[in-house]
Amino acid sequence: MYRYDEFDARFVAERVEQFAGQVARRLAGELSEDEFKPLRLMNGLYLQLHAYMLRIAVPYGTLAPRQLRKLADVARRFDKGYGHFTTRTNMQLNWPRLADVPAILRELATVEMHAIQTSGNCIRNVTADHFAGATPEEIEDPRPLCEIIRQWSSLHPEFTFLARKFKIAVGATVHDRAALLYHDMAVEIVKNAEGRTGYRVSAGGGMGRTPYIAQLMCEFVEREDILAYLEAVLRVYNQDSRRDNIHKQRIKILVNAIGAEEMRRRVAREFEEIKAQGYLRLPQEELDRIAAYFAPPKFEPIAEPVAEYEAARTKDKRFADWCAHNLAAHRAPGYAIATISLKPIGGVPGDCTSEQMEAIADLMDAFGLAEIRVSHEQNLVLPHVKKRDLPAIFARLSELGLATPNAGLVTDIICCPGLDYCDLANARSIPIAQKIAGRFADLKRQEEIGELKIKMSGCINACGHHHAGHIGILGVDKKGVEHYQLQLGGSGAEDAAIGEIMGPGFTAKEITDAVERVVDEYLRLRQPGERFLDTYRRVGMEPFKNVAYLEQLHAAY
Amino acid sequence: MSKRATDPQILTANRLIDGRVVYWQGAGWAESLAEAEIFDDPEAADAALKGAARSVAERVVVGTYLFAVRLDEGVAVPVKARELIRAAGPSVRRDLGKQAEGLFSPPPVHAQVRHARTTPGPARDPFDVSI
Ligand code: SF4
Repeated sequence: MYRYDEFDARFVAERVEQFAGQVARRLAGELSEDEFKPLRLMNGLYLQLHAYMLRIAVPYGTLAPRQLRKLADVARRFDKGYGHFTTRTNMQLNWPRLADVPAILRELATVEMHAIQTSGNCIRNVTADHFAGATPEEIEDPRPLCEIIRQWSSLHPEFTFLARKFKIAVGATVHDRAALLYHDMAVEIVKNAEGRTGYRVSAGGGMGRTPYIAQLMCEFVEREDILAYLEAVLRVYNQDSRRDNIHKQRIKILVNAIGAEEMRRRVAREFEEIKAQGYLRLPQEELDRIAAYFAPPKFEPIAEPVAEYEAARTKDKRFADWCAHNLAAHRAPGYAIATISLKPIGGVPGDCTSEQMEAIADLMDAFGLAEIRVSHEQNLVLPHVKKRDLPAIFARLSELGLATPNAGLVTDIICCPGLDYCDLANARSIPIAQKIAGRFADLKRQEEIGELKIKMSGCINACGHHHAGHIGILGVDKKGVEHYQLQLGGSGAEDAAIGEIMGPGFTAKEITDAVERVVDEYLRLRQPGERFLDTYRRVGMEPFKNVAYLEQLHAAY
Repeated sequence: MSKRATDPQILTANRLIDGRVVYWQGAGWAESLAEAEIFDDPEAADAALKGAARSVAERVVVGTYLFAVRLDEGVAVPVKARELIRAAGPSVRRDLGKQAEGLFSPPPVHAQVRHARTTPGPARDPFDVSI
């Protein structure tokens, strides 16, 4: 795990005291709300429907047990005993009092946590593959680069007041688990023809009102040049983006207005200029120094197959089901990557109680697990689990209600808070996700359906990644009534695509039936080996549209 | 005049210190929707909204605005789901927010019966936001 150096610790401590002063001045009337709002947003504090909301950063989604315990502790003492993990891999508290926020931030600082760069027009919390450092597929752990980008961008004077927020993700595998191409900038760690490691950089992706897939900027950036290259992209964005219209200020609008070709040309020119001026190189020693913090635990040599694990799978069907869906291959023999689903059927996607967080932290300590990951799919991931420990871990997770065997299945729904909490929402999303999950609760049926990613947002801001859902659902307000638009064919993986809108929206009562008919139609049409997405890509929207609106047709006749 | 413009209105805000939802009750802010002053007259509503600038200046509340309600046997029912949810708490967590603190009272039974008479289909609680 990355540990703060003195500079980091001082920076966070100063920031907390600065914000404590700002809160005191606000409460004393020395700051108006207009003056205070940008300051609180810089510290991750929003005002939502029922209360304030504090968004706590989980850099590259990595937490140590002591940090998870602290999150549980602040949620219990200053909130209502639970937190919500988001698609940005942060954790949100839904009910903090303004007067308590300085105390919360002081508590978080004791475990090197904060709420900086979770909001505002800056470079946001950099995200990574949640299997980083554990998957056999990767070239190297992407998190050291995330951390370097964090340090470089944290206080960069040129990039503190960007036109809009700027999100960067880093991946290192062909299989994209971090929705890379939906970011303002995507960095993929790659090897070139000579076998040298470097970076493929894309820019201009994003969700929201106008979704775009990122465009390739450079096929191969040399390792030491990466910060200079990122700086070049950001500088072009900073100089050329439109600041006059809030809907046109993201880099995706610039890239698509001038075209990828022209953007590449401008970035290349800027890059040459930065280099000519004598620029910040990323020295290998610095990369190595940071990478050392992320070194994996020393893996024990364990022979496969692991007898205890195999025996438990044969004996216990529930355990076998969980293994089949929630485990992924690990780089070391005898180990596995385990997903803790935060999507119990009927639960709130991404919510986790203080008791659960503490119990997970205890479990991590008991089994020597130094870190846990938050995934953008709103689940938790134990990256380095010994297979022989899995039966005991599963038993403990079952007691905690955290052993739902649905990772990657149709009930593993990404869902934003929507109108149950969010001030910007047009419609509720959680109860719809719950109803859909309930409809498909039967595990056999889920297995029959296979990989199907449903993603849902309560408004066009797309925090629930609906554009990237194989089935995307968007809440809209139709004359004061909650309605739901269906989108099909999106993907946030390496085959990234933007979902296509089916047509008029459905009511809250209709949407679950419509989704079910679409899924049943897929089962009818699919060819062997096809996922929902593959079938959709082969047959197009028409057959699904024909079945989805059945209820409306009946009503009309 | 459009129908919306003639709906009675309620003045609301969030309390500065903790963000809690509050309603103007004539001489201050109340936590429960049932205590809110109902403005039948749009001009009176606008005047109250203007007057609320004082509460903002005094750092009691932030984000003042008016929202529309319909009267059901004298009980104010917000027109939009958003305001129902603000008044009650999250519809997916009935154990949290005002609904769990005795600060959100469902309408009297006669209001529900009346609603059942005027709308086709089964009787529906106008405060029911279940999906
Ligand atoms: S998508 Fe909209 S409703 Fe959902 S959390 Fe984001 S802003 Fe709120």
